[in-house]
Amino acid sequence: MTSIHKKYRLGALPWISPAIAVIFLMVLYPAYEMIRTSFLNIDETGTSRGFTGFSNYRTLFNNPNLVPVLERTVVWTISVVVLTVLISLPVAQILHAQFPGRRLVRYALIVPWAASVVMTSTSWLWILNGYYGVLNRILLSLGIIKEQIQFLGDPTQSFVWLIVVAVFVSVPFTTYVILAGLTTIGEDILEASTVDGASGWQRYKAIIFPLLRPALLIGMVINLINVFNSFPIIWVMTTGGPGYSTDTTTTLAYKITFRSADIGQSAAMATINFGIILLFIVLFLRVSRWKDQE
Amino acid sequence: MRKKSSMTGRKVTLTISGWIIGLIFLLPYIEMLITSVKSKSEILSIPTTFLPTQWTWSNYVTIWKQLPLAQYLQTSIVVSLSATVLVLLLAIPAAYYVGRNTFKGRNAFLLLVLVTQMFSPTSLIIGIFREVIKFHLVNTWTALILIYAAFNMAFSIWILSSFFASIPIEIEEAAWIDGASRFQALRRVILPIALPGLVTAFIFTFISAWNEFVIALTIESSPAHQPITVGLESLIGMYQVQWQYLFAGSLIAIVPVVILFALIEKWLVSGLTAGSVK
Repeated sequence: MTSIHKKYRLGALPWISPAIAVIFLMVLYPAYEMIRTSFLNIDETGTSRGFTGFSNYRTLFNNPNLVPVLERTVVWTISVVVLTVLISLPVAQILHAQFPGRRLVRYALIVPWAASVVMTSTSWLWILNGYYGVLNRILLSLGIIKEQIQFLGDPTQSFVWLIVVAVFVSVPFTTYVILAGLTTIGEDILEASTVDGASGWQRYKAIIFPLLRPALLIGMVINLINVFNSFPIIWVMTTGGPGYSTDTTTTLAYKITFRSADIGQSAAMATINFGIILLFIVLFLRVSRWKDQE
Repeated sequence: MRKKSSMTGRKVTLTISGWIIGLIFLLPYIEMLITSVKSKSEILSIPTTFLPTQWTWSNYVTIWKQLPLAQYLQTSIVVSLSATVLVLLLAIPAAYYVGRNTFKGRNAFLLLVLVTQMFSPTSLIIGIFREVIKFHLVNTWTALILIYAAFNMAFSIWILSSFFASIPIEIEEAAWIDGASRFQALRRVILPIALPGLVTAFIFTFISAWNEFVIALTIESSPAHQPITVGLESLIGMYQVQWQYLFAGSLIAIVPVVILFALIEKWLVSGLTAGSVK
């Protein structure tokens, strides 16, 4: 008896401290180390030469690539998340309905979610290849184009394709989150609204969509974080190039570390990145009035 | 009661759109498969062929000689499994306690979990890189296992705690009265009921570890410690990419996890529901 009481006095610690320990060791410590590094003068071998205050941040702000990259990151994150949701809503609606082969279609949707993003991006890189790619062949055969297109040749076109691929890999997860939301809406609610004679679209706008809000919010926040931090798509398909013309802040930070070997500046970029994602999330939750829903 | 399904116009449209959606999401993988069985000369021929003129299945044999594929797969399996087991071992008790009890610091703990969810390994790469060097963990499996476990902990705790919270306390109390300790009750009564949540957490963690790229690319320079995602990159050479081998290898890595994921498809919706209703 007494031994059980003793166990209780320890409270939550025996249950939660091992998980906290791993999180501190591998997430919070690196975060601390990163922020600290952004104030250090690090030479090319990675050795610290002491504190330099905000000098790394000054170097970063003088980096001519910073402003265009920041703007592009905002466009990238917002357009991928918005397009993903706009596509996932109808897709989820279709996969929620009954039709022959639905199970197989759901399996197909799982594939881009389960497959490595690096490998999926590599396949898209090959499909879009300017000489041997199958997309060129299809468009040529259909007579839509007269000669091969270099899809990843100029910055604007490349960026559009990067967004397409990012949406492609984000839709499956988002669709499943919405599907989960749809199942929580009882069949009786749906049937009742049909009886009332509301048209399909009215029904969707007035009844289904508001009930999907919680699922949608979670899906959007997770997508926001993933898309902002997304690295492999850009890295595999354009390495942020030509030049820095398709970089986001995430790939730029990586380039500054491993190409320019300027670890201090890169840490400053990464620290700012974390500030931005925090800002994004706070703004998003503000706009969607998360608290009012609680 | 469902009416006898008459193929009305609406139903036909629905079916066709459903099938087209399915096909679109398979396209890049179909192209992978087709390219993986083309011969080297056919890949670099213009115009591009839609289907291989010669189905070169021997590419799948050659790639095992071309690359230490077995070694890469071994690393991927060991690292992903260890990380997943570690996550479950640590996340289950934490999620159980959080799902069942109110305690001082509960909100702080949940905030910590939420904050980790906002970090990705990529965004912390510099911090991780410096830590790994400091603790002499470059070119070890340990580093990858710990990192993958840490970054997947939040999601598992989140999904499991809502599962545990949804199980009526009476079931557990009955076990306590029978003389079971809290831990025994968790193991014998709660875990079997929460199985869908456990499987979901297991497979999510496993797949995210299996597919991770940036961290492994950065801290593992020796082939003996590289997982398959990084190992295959060596086929992307400076001058020429060996697409047929690259895609054969990619499919070898993709197929097992797709099957794993398909196995939990029916639980996926209920697993995500538990998370999103919360």
